[in-house]
Amino acid sequence: MKNKADKPMHEQLVQISKRAALPAWQSWLIRILAVLASLVVCAVIIVLFTGDNPFAIYATMFKGAVGTSRRIWSLLQGVAMLLCVSLAVTPAFKMRFWNIGAEGQVLMGGLATASCMILFGNSMPPALLLLLVIAASIVAGAVWAVIPAIFKAIWNTNETLFTLMMNYIAMQIVSYFTYIWSVPKGSGKIGVINAATRAGWLPTIGKYNYLLNILIVAALTIGIYIYLRYSKHGYEIAVVGESENTAKYIGINVKKVIIRTMILSGALCGVAGLLLVAGTDHTITRDTAGGRGFTAIMVSWLAKFNPLYMVVTSFLLVFMQKGATEISTVFGLNDSFSDIITGIIIFFIIGSEFFINYTLKFRSRKGAEAA
Amino acid sequence: MIVSFIHRAVMQGIPLLFGSTGEILTEKSGNLNLGIPGIMYVGGISGVIGSFLYENSLPDRSAVNPFLIIAIPLFCCLLGSLIMGLIYSFLTTTLRANQNVTGLALTTFGIGFGNFFGGSLITLVDTDVPSITLSLTSQYFSKTLPFAHKLGWFGEVFLSYSFLAYFAILTAIVVSLVLKRTRVGLNLRAVGESPATADAAGISVSKNKYFATCIGSMIAGLGGLYYVMDYASGVWSNDAFGDRGWLAIALVIFTVWQPNIGILGSILFGGLYIVHNYMNNIIAMNMSTQELIKMAPYVVTVIVLIVISMRKKRETQPPASLGLAYFREDR
Repeated sequence: MKNKADKPMHEQLVQISKRAALPAWQSWLIRILAVLASLVVCAVIIVLFTGDNPFAIYATMFKGAVGTSRRIWSLLQGVAMLLCVSLAVTPAFKMRFWNIGAEGQVLMGGLATASCMILFGNSMPPALLLLLVIAASIVAGAVWAVIPAIFKAIWNTNETLFTLMMNYIAMQIVSYFTYIWSVPKGSGKIGVINAATRAGWLPTIGKYNYLLNILIVAALTIGIYIYLRYSKHGYEIAVVGESENTAKYIGINVKKVIIRTMILSGALCGVAGLLLVAGTDHTITRDTAGGRGFTAIMVSWLAKFNPLYMVVTSFLLVFMQKGATEISTVFGLNDSFSDIITGIIIFFIIGSEFFINYTLKFRSRKGAEAA
Repeated sequence: MIVSFIHRAVMQGIPLLFGSTGEILTEKSGNLNLGIPGIMYVGGISGVIGSFLYENSLPDRSAVNPFLIIAIPLFCCLLGSLIMGLIYSFLTTTLRANQNVTGLALTTFGIGFGNFFGGSLITLVDTDVPSITLSLTSQYFSKTLPFAHKLGWFGEVFLSYSFLAYFAILTAIVVSLVLKRTRVGLNLRAVGESPATADAAGISVSKNKYFATCIGSMIAGLGGLYYVMDYASGVWSNDAFGDRGWLAIALVIFTVWQPNIGILGSILFGGLYIVHNYMNNIIAMNMSTQELIKMAPYVVTVIVLIVISMRKKRETQPPASLGLAYFREDR
C-alpha cells in the first residue's frame, strides 16, 4: 500500500457493514417505526386526494374494517385466507425455493374442488363427497407444485420463472372449465354450485359461516410452526435454505427435500383453494385466488418466515385493504386505492429490513486523517 | 386475411416487445424485476394523466400543439416509469432487499396506481367528461406513414404502424447491440454474471444496476403508453392491459435473453394472443377452446425454460446472479 500513498485515498463517506443480530425488541421497534412512517406517508397521500382531516380518515378506515360484527367476520375470513396461502409458501421459501406459483396452485385446488362438486354433486353421499373434495383439492395443488420442483431438483430449472408461468396456465385452464360448466351456457360464469343441495359445501359451525375456515387455518398455523421448528423435516429445510453444499455434506438428500417440501407447499395451497371454493364462494372464477398467491409472498417474507408473526402481518395487510376500500367508497374513489396503500406499506417495511441487518458508519473527520 | 392477422399480431406484440426489451436489460444486470407489469401500468396511466390534463386545458380541439401533444404524454410516461425503476433500484441495490418481494410489491402498487387513477381521475379533476377518451392524443400517436396504404399488402405488413412501434424495434436492436458489442454492455453482463468479479475489476456494481434497471423500466413503460394511445385508441379502461406484463417476462425467457430475437418473438406471442379470433373462419371454435389457445404462450415458455436448463449451453443460461443482492463484504 505504501507505493500508492501518493494517490488520493477515496474513502467512502458512509461505510455499510453487516451487524450482529439485534435484540428482538430493537428489530421490532424498527419495523413498527417503518409501519408508522408508512402510515404518515399514506395519510399525506389520502389528504391530497380527499382534502379531509387524516385522523378522520383513519377513523373511517377503522370503522370500515371492524365497524360491525359482519365486517369483523369478513376481516377475519380475509386474514385466514391470506394466512393459509402464506403458510403454504413458507416452507418452500425457507428452503430458498421461490415458489411464486401459489396463485396457480390455489386455483388448481379450487378447480379440483369445484369439479368434484359439479360432477358428483348429485350422485354421491354427502360425507363421501366431502372426503373426495378434500382429497382432490390437496392432490391437485400438490401436483401443480411438484412439477416445477422436479425440474428444479433434476435440471436446476429456474423455479421463480417456472412457477410464475404455471400461474397463467392454471388461470387459462380455470377459464376453460368455467366456459364448459357455465350456467347459463356460454355466459362464462359458473354461479353458486349446488345451491339447493349444498353438496360438497364445507359444513358451517352454528350460524357462523366463516368460523370453520378460521379454525382450520389456526390449526394449520400451529402445525406449520411446529413442523418448521421442531421436526427433522423442518431442520432439513433450514439447512438446505442456508447452504445446499452443507446439506449435501451432512448427508441430506437435497433433491428429495426440495420435492417433498414443494408437495407440502402445493398441498397447503390446495387446502386454501378448498376453503375458498367449498367454504366461502361456492363457485370458481379465474380470480378466485384474487392475487393472494402474490400477497402471501410478501406476508411470509415480512414475517421472517415465522408462522406466528405471519398472523400479525397478514392481519395488518387485510386490515389496511378493508379500511382503504371503505375510504374509496365514502369518498367516491376507485377501490384500487387499497393496492396503493398496501404497496407503500410494503415498500417501507422492505426498506426497514436494511437497517435491521446492516449498520451505517459515517466517516468521521478524525478517522479520515488517521487513514 | 393473413395480412390483417399479421398487422394485428404486430400491434399486440409491440407492448410485449417494449416490456421484454426493458426486462432483458434489467435482468442482464442481475436484477429480476418482477415489477414490470406494474411499471407498464404506471407508464400507461402516467401518459394518460399527462395527456388528459393537456386535452382538458385546451380551449378547443383546433388549438392543439402537435409537438406538445406527443411530448407531454411521452415525458409523463418516461417520468412515471423512471420513478418506479428508482424505487426498485433503491430498495434492491442500495438497501439490498429481496428482489422477488420488492418486484411483486411494485406490481401490486403499479396496477393499483393505474386502476386508481383510471377510475378516479375524472372525480379528482372535477370535469364533466363521461370517460377517459383521449381521441385527440391517440390521433397523433397512431399516425402512420402517409403512403403505407398505397403499397398494398407490403404497406400493411411493414409500414402501417405508428412511430412508437418502429421505436420499439429500434430499441430492441440497439439494446441487443449495446449488450453484445460494446464495453458498456460487457460491463453490464459482467455485473449480472458475477458481481464480485466485476467489482474486483473496478466496475461499479451499483451504478450498473441502477442504470440498467431505470433505463429498462422506462423502455417497459413505453409499452404501456403504446397500448393505451395506439392499440386502445386512447381509451383507458381498468384492467384492460391484463396480463401482458407477465407475458413480457415470459417473452424474456422465450428469447433466451436476446432482444433481437424478441422482435420476432413478440409478434409470435401477439399472434398467439389473438389467433383465436381468426381461427373461427377455419374451424368453428367455442369460447372454451379459445381460452385453451390463450394458454399457448405460457406453455411454450415453460418448454423453452426446461429445454435451456437441460441443455446447459452457456449462451442461453439466465444471468448467473439473477435475483441475488450483492454485498461486497459478503464473501
